Amino acid sequence: MAGGGSPRRTPLNAVHRSLGARLFEFAGWEMPVQYTGVLEEHRAVRAAGGLFDLSHMGELWLTGPDALMALQAVTTNDAAALAPGQAQYTFLCRDDGGILDDLIVYRCDAGFLADGPAEPGYLLIVNAANITRDAEWIRAHLPAGATLTDRSAATALVALQGPVAERVVAPLAEMRLSELKPFRAAHAALNGARVWLSRTGYTGEDGFEIYSRAEEAEHVWSALYEAGRPKGVLPVGLGARDTLRLEMRYTLYGNDIDETTTPLEAGLGAYVKWVKPAFIGKEALARQQADGVRRRLVGFIMVDRAIPRRHYPILGAGEPIGAVTSGSVSPTLGSEIGMGYVAAGWEEPGTTLHIDVRGKPRAARVHQGPFVLPHNRRQSGT
Amino acid sequence: MYPQELRYSAEHEWVRVEGEKARIGITHFAQKELGDVVFVELPDVGTAVRQHQGCAVVESVKAVSDVYAPLSGRVHAANAALVDRPELINEDPYGEGWIAEIEISDARELDQLMSAAQYEGFVKGA
Repeated sequence: MAGGGSPRRTPLNAVHRSLGARLFEFAGWEMPVQYTGVLEEHRAVRAAGGLFDLSHMGELWLTGPDALMALQAVTTNDAAALAPGQAQYTFLCRDDGGILDDLIVYRCDAGFLADGPAEPGYLLIVNAANITRDAEWIRAHLPAGATLTDRSAATALVALQGPVAERVVAPLAEMRLSELKPFRAAHAALNGARVWLSRTGYTGEDGFEIYSRAEEAEHVWSALYEAGRPKGVLPVGLGARDTLRLEMRYTLYGNDIDETTTPLEAGLGAYVKWVKPAFIGKEALARQQADGVRRRLVGFIMVDRAIPRRHYPILGAGEPIGAVTSGSVSPTLGSEIGMGYVAAGWEEPGTTLHIDVRGKPRAARVHQGPFVLPHNRRQSGT
Repeated sequence: MYPQELRYSAEHEWVRVEGEKARIGITHFAQKELGDVVFVELPDVGTAVRQHQGCAVVESVKAVSDVYAPLSGRVHAANAALVDRPELINEDPYGEGWIAEIEISDARELDQLMSAAQYEGFVKGA
């Protein structure tokens, strides 16, 4: 961090300490990496539920008559398609198509946790490490009729993820939760606190991301914790958050995607909407599409027993063809899994790769899609 | 926490001397620092090891951690149980979580290791 200050603390820092969390520094914030243990917390989310403090993430609030136009110009997905309360995954790209950030955007016709009269706008949820850069970038490209406000410091975010999530939140939220579909959000009251309740998450399980004012964070957390504990909900740190998202083959900014990678290389072209007349990076991405993408992000499962780690070289037929971007154990599968870029032509599912694990080549097999099915699909066998 | 009959290295390994052989592992302090152990790379039987050089690898979810040979010698045995149950290192670091047995080549090296009391003082200052 510039200036070498101590890490920032979320509104739930005292709660983490009281729960005996092991804290570490992440993106300039003091965050829990684990409470009872990464494996136990991971398994709890898949079997019952986990409670996460994600207050370090950024909330940028875009308003004004030109808000949609401003958003469309800097993002790759089509925000005009959003219904009120609907969310979509999208990218902020540079002119060369490199990814500045991946984010979730909501259309909020009734404002976002507003005190007074609600002003419609778009809520951008950005990665903690990129809040300042994203805000500066968007502001540098704002038309006169749009305003960007950084609401991050004033906003807390708690997530409850797992098969029991709806059963835990329903009695607390004064609304019919079964009507809140995935990637939809609404204002609600949670144990008296005003929240923006979103049916989204980063674990693959059903769950909610619950935004509140920073000063009500402890109130929201306590309500969820007390209601969730009897159903097997555990507090979960960033260690398990990472193993959970890896099992779903979700990308992590800074590992699997960054300014040197494009959405097409990452296999996320579905979130690039060519139908939009113009957006930053469109021309470069269109050129890349036309010329052929030269490298691809793949998921792989280890065949030889070894844990693939970020930066380990990937070999194809003995030659270097790429590098690992994320890797760890999959507690659900009992195998080791990872993601990495490989030269185009090596991305077919079932292809044998070798990962150079500290000097020794270890066999792996390219795997398509998520490594693990979320709970509702595991139960029904679909 | 730190059994009296064992000797300890500054890299948080323990040693149980049994005649000309030494059984080694990592200490309670080390396993707690690591968190859940999910993978162990054992040394091959017959490998020569030198004091303070890496002889095994213990991995947590996030980190790769070298185990340094507390004594020089030759690997006589490695704990195959750790392949399927790496968590034994967390659950029973001095017992079922042992990592390897070394045929000691230079008994004088034992003098460089700490007693339980010395090691306890060492980790308190860590």
